[in-house]
Amino acid sequence: MKFTRTMTLAATVALAIGAGQAQAQYSDGTIKIGVLTDMSSLYTDLSGAGSLLAARLAAEDFGAAAKGMKVEFVNADHQNKADVGSAVARQWYDVDKVDVIVDTPNSGVALAVNQITREKNKVFLVSGAATSDLSGKACSPNTIHWTYDTWLLANGTGNAIVKTGGDSWYFLTADYAFGHALEGDTEAVVTKNGGKVLGKVRHPLNTADFSSFLLQAQASKAKIIGLANAGGDTTNSIKQAAEFGIVRGGQNLAGLLVFLTDVHALGLQTAQGLIFTETWYWDMNDNNRAFAKRMAAANKGIHPTMIHAGVYSAVTHYLKAVEALKSDADGGAVVKKMKDTPTNDPLFGQGSIRQDGRKIHPAYLFEVKKPAESKAPWDYYKLRATIPAEQAFRPVNEGNCPLVRG
Amino acid sequence: MVSPGYTIGSATTTSATPRHQVIAFIGMAVFFLVAPFFIYPVFLMKALCFALFACAFNLLIGYVGLLSFGHAMFLGSAGYISAHAAKVWGFPPELAILSGTATAAALGLISGALAIRRQGIYFAMITLALAQMIYFFCLQAKFTGGEDGIQQVPRGVLFGFIDLRNDLTMYFVVLAIFLAGFLLIFRIIHSPFGQILKAIRENEPRAISLGYKTDHYKLIAFVLSATLAGLAGSTKAIVFQLASLTDVNWPMSGEVVLITLLGGLGTIFGPVVGAFVLISLEHYLAQLGAWVTIVQGIIFVICVLTFRRGIVGEIARLIKRPL
Amino acid sequence: MFDFLGIPPQALFGQLLLGLINGSFYAMLSLGLAVIFGLLNIINFTHGAQYMMGAFGAYFLLQYLGLSYWWALVISPLVVGLTGVIVERLMLKHLYKLDHLYGLLLTFGLALITEGLFRNEFGSSGQPYRIPEQLLGGNNLGFMFLPNYRAWVVVASLTVCLATWYVIERTKLGSYLRAATENPTLVQAFGINVPRMITLTYGFGVALAGFAGVLAAPIYQVAPQMGSNLIIVVFAVVVIGGMGSIMGSILTGFGLGVIEGLTKVFYPEASNTVIFVIMALVLLVKPAGLFGRTT
Repeated sequence: MKFTRTMTLAATVALAIGAGQAQAQYSDGTIKIGVLTDMSSLYTDLSGAGSLLAARLAAEDFGAAAKGMKVEFVNADHQNKADVGSAVARQWYDVDKVDVIVDTPNSGVALAVNQITREKNKVFLVSGAATSDLSGKACSPNTIHWTYDTWLLANGTGNAIVKTGGDSWYFLTADYAFGHALEGDTEAVVTKNGGKVLGKVRHPLNTADFSSFLLQAQASKAKIIGLANAGGDTTNSIKQAAEFGIVRGGQNLAGLLVFLTDVHALGLQTAQGLIFTETWYWDMNDNNRAFAKRMAAANKGIHPTMIHAGVYSAVTHYLKAVEALKSDADGGAVVKKMKDTPTNDPLFGQGSIRQDGRKIHPAYLFEVKKPAESKAPWDYYKLRATIPAEQAFRPVNEGNCPLVRG
Repeated sequence: MVSPGYTIGSATTTSATPRHQVIAFIGMAVFFLVAPFFIYPVFLMKALCFALFACAFNLLIGYVGLLSFGHAMFLGSAGYISAHAAKVWGFPPELAILSGTATAAALGLISGALAIRRQGIYFAMITLALAQMIYFFCLQAKFTGGEDGIQQVPRGVLFGFIDLRNDLTMYFVVLAIFLAGFLLIFRIIHSPFGQILKAIRENEPRAISLGYKTDHYKLIAFVLSATLAGLAGSTKAIVFQLASLTDVNWPMSGEVVLITLLGGLGTIFGPVVGAFVLISLEHYLAQLGAWVTIVQGIIFVICVLTFRRGIVGEIARLIKRPL
Repeated sequence: MFDFLGIPPQALFGQLLLGLINGSFYAMLSLGLAVIFGLLNIINFTHGAQYMMGAFGAYFLLQYLGLSYWWALVISPLVVGLTGVIVERLMLKHLYKLDHLYGLLLTFGLALITEGLFRNEFGSSGQPYRIPEQLLGGNNLGFMFLPNYRAWVVVASLTVCLATWYVIERTKLGSYLRAATENPTLVQAFGINVPRMITLTYGFGVALAGFAGVLAAPIYQVAPQMGSNLIIVVFAVVVIGGMGSIMGSILTGFGLGVIEGLTKVFYPEASNTVIFVIMALVLLVKPAGLFGRTT
């Protein structure tokens, strides 16, 4: 008994010393990861607590503790308010010694954090936010945009649909910057591929009733009704389109921003046949399934979305870069190291990061299964096409990113 | 209209400035001068902006008895104009803040003229609906940037020689603005004009019969309140280098009601105390997601049911002096 | 062919009908607010949250008890009404002697709590709720496809609104109620239990919101925030109609639904604001609202 206790004690001391030596290289001894996300509103299910969990799993799988890297997590709810988000980010960097902020769904908040991160020379790994400006005109040497962006959504979905015969479109657009951007990007793709846009209607944000807009879309006789909106607006418009028999009438819906959790909330009966683009789906291979199992077990059964997977992948790559540099003090240097190293993780496989901060990997066009095709809970997607990594994202010279122009 | 008994926000003040209020004011000023050396200045600036916003709101509810449920429209629209002026037109901060404040004043004049046609609950609902209109306008207008808001607003150089990029410098500018606004309200309350407002609050028909054009006074008070709310909003936009939809949306209107209620309706220092308590609370609850909303709701319920005087109101009762 | 400002008549009729459907919800909700306001002089800010609770009630009944939509249509409003009775007994009761604004503030706080709790528990993506089988499908009216369920919403809402109007304006019970609105002390002196009447009235108004929630569940996503945006529009409806007028609130509800529907055809960007603009205009001309008495 006594012997084991002494052993344990010795081991603990040795570990502590070892850890102490290793930690000395990191700013204030720890790598502090801040998960800034929506914990209370419309993006909670697709990001939220799941993102914090994914980040923790990444550190665990990386074996940070065994490598003598002390990793700590903080998280906060930005409530989808840019002012709250930027206040948290400032405080984290100034007071709480946070080294890297991850996730941050909501483009408005992400753009604010992007700016602050650059000022303070820290690291910002975006998984949740959509705007392609983050690797375009707002690109920064301290930011990596990981999982997806609006250009990818518009092109992936727009291209594939036009090529499979969906050549006439009608847009249902949320009437604010995000909706306009998504509509504009998609329209460009549709017309470039020889399709035409028959009309569009702009609806105010958070519209409860889409019937009159859907009626206008129906009257246009367009083959495809493109939903350039998000969250509750998307789910409500899909639900009501089913009610008005739009899909049965021969028109198809193209959701431009749809997540697994949205499909879950709608139910397959309503969501079936919906086509959209994502970069990750839990039921594609064994690694993904294993990850989904761990996530669901700890997150009220919610299966991970591509955003959760992106957080996992981004944190993994970040820890690798920090380990290689043996320092996390200089945010710009860490990001540079991350760009210089090819990415490789269980969820996204091999990939790379471009100079403009865009992470590159393949994307997939999915169709939502019919209720009869679904064999298990959360078995929702079937793969329609794979978009190779080099075509999935906006070409580096078209984004007006100041980092690559010179 | 109003049932006898407890009128909302019944404050008692005299036209002379009582000594204990001066002492309390000096205490507050000293606290704010020292605070940034111990507390994170960005947090303090946020609290100060909210405090000024709540003081402006309190001028209306506490001293005229009008509950506005749409004050976010002044905070938010002033913020947008101030941010736009600083970023796009390249105005120096003092002019940016001024143009934001002027916008809020103009908006206050128009919406006030409409809203003061009714009292009590109707007034609350009308202001709420007007604010919602402004919200939808800001959501759709081009220059506001929709959901993204106006970002990367330069703090700039005040009067050409005070560089605001330093948080501490910025803090003292915000403090100066806050104290100026606070003193103005202090002055208004104790002026003959303030006395007439209180007379209207207590008994409007009687004030009318005494020959006062009460609508006139109410409108002036409304515009003053809107202007000061706008000053808070403009300053906030410069401090956080950001103007966003949060500040024009109705939960913000609810929040300022809560701050004032918690601190003490119709007390001079109440809104300031309320702002600090509530902003700190939200700060610590921020990690808990929807709990922020729940806790806000609970505070509302407790205040209304058992704590209608608010923090400062209770203190004032204990020391038997108005604060 | 006759075109109205470039809009084909089919589209116009379609939009008018859709406006009527939306108006059904406005009418039911503003009716509930008017009934409560008439007797309690309280603007019930919790109304939106109670509408949401009605929809969630339907979802729970189906999910956990397997009870169909038709059961939900009865049970859910009753349960929501019961929560209203509890709220009135425990909290609102204590506020009647105070400024009415305290009622507004209290119900606002309750709305925040309710919404927050639901959001904590169920996230915000919302829950699916299917249209009952008997009402699936629809009819082609020539100018538009009218889903059966939507037609049912209009019928149900009209029935409930008119029944309420009848009870309040044409029955003995209603006359007590109206008398108590005018002079509670006197009615109390005649041996009528006014406090209980107040409690039941609040419960009834809240149950109306719950009923509207059940009707809404199959159309909209059952989500915690579904009531909060709607309620502000309904407030504007109530201001336009004039508070406390039963028929006024029903007519304005349907009428504004139709006007909003037309806006969606001619200028969709303004469809969110049109009701507020009308409110401002009405206030300029008739400060007491279209059907309101000047007080």
